Amino acid sequence: MKAHYTRPLDLKQGRVDMNHGAGGRATAQLVAELFGRAFDNPWLAQGDDGAVLPAPTADEQLVMACDGHVVSPLFFPGGDIGSLAVHGTVNDLAVMGARPLYLSASFILEEGYPLADLKRIVDSMAAASRAAGVPVVTGDTKVVEQGKGDGVFITTTGVGARPAGRIASGARAAAGDVVLVSGSMGDHGMAILAVRESLAFDSAIQSDSAALHGLVDALYQALPADAVHVLRDPTRGGLATTLNEIARQSGLGMRIDEASIPVHPQVEAACELLGLDPLYLANEGKLIVICAASHADAALAALRDHPLGRQAARIGEVIADDHHFVQLRTPLGGMRMLDWLSGEPLPRIC
Amino acid sequence: MKYVDEFRDGTLARGLGEAIARAADPARDYAFMEFCGGHTHAISRYGVIDLLPSNVRMIHGPGCPVCVLPVGRIDMAIRLAMEQAVTICTYGDCLRVPASDGLSLLKARARLDKSRADIRMVYSAADALALAQREPQREVVFLAIGFETTTPPTALVLQQARALGLKNFSVLCNHVLTPAAIVAILDHPEGKGVRLDGFIGPAHVSTVIGSRPYDFVAEHYRKPVVIAGFEPLDVMQSILMLVSQVNEGRHDIENEFSRAVTRDGNRKAQALVEAVFELRPQYEWRGLGSLPDSALRIRPEFAAWDAEARFGLDYAPVADHKSCECGTILRGEKRPADCKLFGTACTPETPMGSCMVSSEGACAAHFNYGRFRDIAVVAA
Repeated sequence: MKAHYTRPLDLKQGRVDMNHGAGGRATAQLVAELFGRAFDNPWLAQGDDGAVLPAPTADEQLVMACDGHVVSPLFFPGGDIGSLAVHGTVNDLAVMGARPLYLSASFILEEGYPLADLKRIVDSMAAASRAAGVPVVTGDTKVVEQGKGDGVFITTTGVGARPAGRIASGARAAAGDVVLVSGSMGDHGMAILAVRESLAFDSAIQSDSAALHGLVDALYQALPADAVHVLRDPTRGGLATTLNEIARQSGLGMRIDEASIPVHPQVEAACELLGLDPLYLANEGKLIVICAASHADAALAALRDHPLGRQAARIGEVIADDHHFVQLRTPLGGMRMLDWLSGEPLPRIC
Repeated sequence: MKYVDEFRDGTLARGLGEAIARAADPARDYAFMEFCGGHTHAISRYGVIDLLPSNVRMIHGPGCPVCVLPVGRIDMAIRLAMEQAVTICTYGDCLRVPASDGLSLLKARARLDKSRADIRMVYSAADALALAQREPQREVVFLAIGFETTTPPTALVLQQARALGLKNFSVLCNHVLTPAAIVAILDHPEGKGVRLDGFIGPAHVSTVIGSRPYDFVAEHYRKPVVIAGFEPLDVMQSILMLVSQVNEGRHDIENEFSRAVTRDGNRKAQALVEAVFELRPQYEWRGLGSLPDSALRIRPEFAAWDAEARFGLDYAPVADHKSCECGTILRGEKRPADCKLFGTACTPETPMGSCMVSSEGACAAHFNYGRFRDIAVVAA
C-alpha cells in the first residue's frame, strides 16, 4: 500500500467538517496529523482506546480531577483555551497535594472552525503539557453542527499521585490559622473581560494562567506536610467565593485585611471603571494557602522564592464563627462582609 | 490609584470620624438619609458605619433606579420580548428584578426563541443603538431606566435615531426625577414616615441638574442638604457638614462635591433632555406610589422611537409580594433586617423585591456587606 495515499490535512485553509467527528478516516487523519503529532508520547502512539499507565508507589494515593473549558474568546492575553485546559486540571490536582501525572483531553469542535486556529490551540496545549511535565495520554474528538458549539470546547481529566502525609483540605482550616495568597488577584478574569467584544478596552493585563504544582511542591519542601491545612486555587468566583467555601467546609469564619491583598494596579483601575470587585474575578495561576500561624513566615518565604509566588502576601486569619462569615477590614478602617459571589460578573471565563 | 485612593484614605477617615464624634451632641441623635444608592453602596462597601458615633444614624433612601422601578414596568418589557418578538436591551441589574408570574427579564430570556427575540445586557444606551444599526432586521427596544444621570444619554440616542431615520429602534422610557422623590419622602402624613434631620444629596445626579433644584428642601421643608461625592471620605465629610448645620440650627443647601457639581449643573445635558422629554403627569414608583410630575416621557415629535406609542403599550400596576417591605425600606421607615423575607425567602440569588437586586439597593447592600452586624460574631 502506498504511504501518504490521502492528501494531508489542510492546516492553513481547512475547516472542521462533520466527517472529522464521524469516526472514520477523516477522524483518524485529524487525530494522527494534529493531535498525535502535537502531544506525541508513547501512550498516545499506541492508538488503543485507553492508556495503560504504571501504578504509583505503594505509599501514594491516586487523585483524579476533571475540568471543562468553554472560555470565550478562545484566545486571550496570556493564554488560550489550550493552555488553560492543561493548567485548569493540573492545578486541581496540585491543590490536592498530588503530583500531576497524566491528562486526558476531550475536544468538542464546531463544524466550520478553522483548522489553523485549532492547530494553534492544540500546539499551545501541547507546549503547556510539556512545560508542566504532564502528558496527554488519551483523548477524544467530536464535532457538532455549526451553531451548536462555540468553536472549541475542551474537557481535560487528570490523574495524579499524592504522597503520604499531604492531607490539605478545606475542612482542615483551624481557628488561629493564617491565610496567604501567592500573588495578585483577578488578573485572568479582567484579561478576558478586556478582550470581550462588548467591552474591548486597551490594557496590558495578562491572564495569570499557569501550572501551580511546582509552587505547591516548593511549599511542601519548606513546611512539614501536616502544617499545610488548606490549598486552593481561587478560580471562578475569585478569592471571595473560595474563602467562603473554605469557611463553610471548616465551620469557621475569617478576618481578611483588604489593604494587604495584592491587586495589579491596572486590574484595580479597570474594576473601578466597570464597577467590579477584583476579589470576585477568576484567577488561573494563584494559590490560597492556609497554614498554622507558627509556619506562616516559612510558607510565605517559600512562596516568594518561587517565580509564581513573588508577590505572595499574608492577608488574614481564620477565626471561630458559627455563622462562617468572611469579614473584611476595608482600607478605610471599617468592617464589612466578603460574601459569596452572587450572580455572574462575567460569562464564560474558563 | 491616583484620584481615587485619596478619597479612601484610612488615616483621613479616622480623623473625620473623630471630628464627627466631637461635633455630635451626645444628648441627641442624628438621622440623615443618603438619597442615592451610590452612597448606600459606599457606606456599606467601606464599612463607614464603624467610623461614626452611635448617635449618628444613616437611613437608606430611594435613589436606586432599579429599586424604584415597579413590577408592571418590567412586565411591559417582558411582554414586548415574548409577544412582539423584540430584542430588549437594558442595564445589567434590571435583568434580575422579579416580575409577574415568577419571571424576570433573565428568566424570560431563557424562554425566548433567540432567532426572533432576545433580552440583552448593555453598558450604555449607545450600545443598544449600535445593535439596531448593525442588525436592521432586528427590532431593538432600549429599556431606559434611571434618574437624571442616565437621562441625557437616552436623549442623545433618541436624537441620533431620528437623525439616522432608524426604523428598528425605540426606547421604553422609565426615567424618573430626584426632586419628586424627595418631596414624596418629606410629604408623609403627620406622625407617619421617617424622622429625618437632613439629606446627603446625590452625586452624579447633581452634576447634571446642579444644586439649585434642592432649594425647596431648605426653604419649604427646612431640612439641610449636603451634596456629596460617592467616595467614602466624601460621605464622611458631608456627614460632618450635616451635623454642624443641625447643631447650628441651619438648613442650607451645601455642596461637598464641588469638584464636580455647580449651582446650575450641566446646561448642555439639561437642554438635550428638555428637547426630547416632557413631564409625565403620573408615574408609579415602587414604594412611593403614583406621583405627579415625577417622571419623564418621550415628546410626541419622537413618537416613532417611543416604544409605548409604537407598540401600543399600556401600564398595568402590579402589587408587590404582600410580605415584601421594599416600599417601607425605600421610604426609610424600615431597615432591611426588619423585613420578614430578608435573608430567608429573599436573597440576592432569589430576590423577592427589587431592593435585594441592585448592589445599590438597601437590602442587597446590607445582605452582601453588613448582615454580620445583625448577629454577634465571636472574636478569635
